[in-house]
Amino acid sequence: MMREILASVSIFDIVFVAIAGFTLLCALAMILFNNIVHSMVAMIFCFLGIAGVYFTMDAGFIGMVQIMVYAGAISVILIFAFMVLMSRDPARSNRYSPRKGSILAGFFASGIIAAMLGYAIIATEFPVSGLPDAEVNQMEVIADLMLGSYVIPFEAAAILLLVAVIGAILLAKGVEKDR
Amino acid sequence: MIGFQHYLLLAALLFGIGLLGIVFKRNAVALLMSVELILNAVNINLVAINKYVLGGSGLGQLFALFVIVVAAAEVAVGLALIINIYRLKKSSDVDDFNILKW
Repeated sequence: MMREILASVSIFDIVFVAIAGFTLLCALAMILFNNIVHSMVAMIFCFLGIAGVYFTMDAGFIGMVQIMVYAGAISVILIFAFMVLMSRDPARSNRYSPRKGSILAGFFASGIIAAMLGYAIIATEFPVSGLPDAEVNQMEVIADLMLGSYVIPFEAAAILLLVAVIGAILLAKGVEKDR
Repeated sequence: MIGFQHYLLLAALLFGIGLLGIVFKRNAVALLMSVELILNAVNINLVAINKYVLGGSGLGQLFALFVIVVAAAEVAVGLALIINIYRLKKSSDVDDFNILKW
């Protein structure tokens, strides 16, 4: 029995379990640390782990975007912003809610939701169609879609980013006092 | 042996962890980080569906890209708002952000 299970485990399974475990551990660490700087380091490793999960799904382009945008840009923005907002005592900068009920409710709600999702995922028979052949260049497929049928959402996303950046600059600059 | 459902389970667990962080942390920046974690869980689902259900048509990956774009915009605007409220309240604790209440 044990030998059969061991024989059916491929190197891919071991890699996936390692990456997924690492990602989940880093996510938990991010939530549980009391010092927000430690939290942010755990967050960066968690995002890198998620990029690894994308790589196991042959989604190399999304993985690279994940590393650049999440592990690079968004993490740097968050860390910079927190350096601006840093209070005197970083060791207690990321404290838990002072209300015990809120912590209990958090464990309760997220535990129930995760358990329900997990049960639904295990109980459902998914219509798995044929896997994509590895010959097809995924990036080419995405580029065709992005600049073909989905060019209007693509441009809308570009405008959204522009508006968000201008809005963020205006908001962070604040109101001039002497006017 | 590892298949579609394992990716969905991983995403569900990450979603639960992100939700937990939103409910029991009080720092506004930590809440933004937890929201990012939830969006990442959604992205894992989208990419897994692209591979196992859509047969690699690329639609799921495209959608994941759009989610990443919107998440980046959300972080930029959210942090600008937090910095602005910090100027007003000298605190980044969401319990102190009650200026819309009266």
